[in-house]
Amino acid sequence: MPAQTSVGAGGLADRAPFDPDAAWAVHPQVAVRPEPFGALLYHFGTRRLSFLKDPRLLTAVRNLADHLSATDACRAAGIEPAEMRPYRDALAALAATHMIIERTGTDEPR
Amino acid sequence: MSLVSAVPTRPAGSARLVDHFQYGLDAPICLTWELTYACNLACVHCLSSSGRRDPRELTTAECKAVIDELERMQVFYVNIGGGEPTVRPDFWELVDYATAHHVGVKFSTNGVRITPEVARRLAASDYVDVQLSLDGATAEVNDAVRGQGSYDTVLRAMDNLAEAGFRGFKISVVATRHNIGQLDAFKELADRYGAQLRLTRLRPSGRGADVWDELHPTAEQQRELYDWLVEHGEQVLTGDSFFHLSAYGDPLPGLNLCGAGRVVCLIDPIGDVYACPFAIHDTFKAGNLRDEGGFARVWRESPLFQDLRRPQTGGACSQCSAFDACQGGCMAAKFFTGLPLDGPDPECVQGHGAGALSRTDRSGAPRPSQDHSHRGPVRGQPVLLGLPVRRADRPDRMCDESPLAGLEPQPAK
Repeated sequence: MPAQTSVGAGGLADRAPFDPDAAWAVHPQVAVRPEPFGALLYHFGTRRLSFLKDPRLLTAVRNLADHLSATDACRAAGIEPAEMRPYRDALAALAATHMIIERTGTDEPR
Repeated sequence: MSLVSAVPTRPAGSARLVDHFQYGLDAPICLTWELTYACNLACVHCLSSSGRRDPRELTTAECKAVIDELERMQVFYVNIGGGEPTVRPDFWELVDYATAHHVGVKFSTNGVRITPEVARRLAASDYVDVQLSLDGATAEVNDAVRGQGSYDTVLRAMDNLAEAGFRGFKISVVATRHNIGQLDAFKELADRYGAQLRLTRLRPSGRGADVWDELHPTAEQQRELYDWLVEHGEQVLTGDSFFHLSAYGDPLPGLNLCGAGRVVCLIDPIGDVYACPFAIHDTFKAGNLRDEGGFARVWRESPLFQDLRRPQTGGACSQCSAFDACQGGCMAAKFFTGLPLDGPDPECVQGHGAGALSRTDRSGAPRPSQDHSHRGPVRGQPVLLGLPVRRADRPDRMCDESPLAGLEPQPAK
């Protein structure tokens, strides 16, 4: 088991602010399981469980790798720019817990 | 409004996330799977009354079929226990099969088989976590409950894991009257090994029913425990077993609700499915996965689980101001102390449970429906309070695997 505890180590304060215009993807060790209320996300590496409470957020998260930016993925999921604030905060929370990660420049959209 | 919860909170309002969990999921998030009733130890409080292997145990092939189902259902991980799961000859085969099929494994063990070689193998695996059982920060306190030599065994296992570079393994402690004073020592031990401490509640389940009165924390100790847990926050795991203490004030980290039949359940060594590992009784048995439809059908369609997923009324407790926090406490704790399920938890922090207990005929309390305890003496058997644990009041089962069943144990030669 890698040297990570199941409790989120490290503060959120030492992370770079979430950039919605960067390219993102679901972490390869994360399983996404849709549920009536949204979805469960489980990270096999950190053993952390997260809950998505919104169907459009779920769609955006699942399709992150298909878009050049998280903003685009949200737009494609039917989230209007004026609605973005809570979705941006949600994505930032997922980034802070390693549920989603930035794609490097060599990762092209699928 | 937050659209994401890392740890579910309990906001005010009608559409709480926990409400969705209480009404059930298509698959468990995780579940407990007791692989065997066999065990080398004879701990006085064993929740599963383990000791002797049941001849009806699931075969290797049947276990793999269960894992296939869990994979299809996207169960994220299983808590494998027993008995002592590592005594099954196919234990490693099953662990490897699970992780190869996208089901994470955390297994509970007393450490008896965690050799240096095993520890190295575990350290190399990304999807297997280990939980070591320890009920005293000293051999004196631990061995009184778990048996002579058991402290040494688990410390050796911890040494082997640490030596192999396995960090983050769990040390799981059942909180008792005799170890509440050792909480800081447990934390220090975990920190020293780079491990994570887990504290869980003693339930009057399995053999725990026989020692619960002597071993469960006092009211004063409960308060001390709550304050300590609040102080240590998410650093200490609890398996959501102390949500009844949330009635003291701020909720503890975790789901703070009973997940039995809603979010979690138990698969026992013979394929019976129960709502919870602490509720091994026909009242809480949902079915058997050997029946048509397997585990998925039991989880989704059993009348017991459907019943548990309906809104619970709370009965007498719903009038109490603390009900929203404690939700009437633990089903198993009430059931096995003979208290009604729609009344207070026996350890209700407001004292309602203690009152109810004093008015209850405890001799009429239900007994677990499975008892695989060792019949004869076990080497190093715990000698709690100076008296060996006796099972003489239990009738022999018709299908006992031992040809000596019913005969008086002979003195050791």
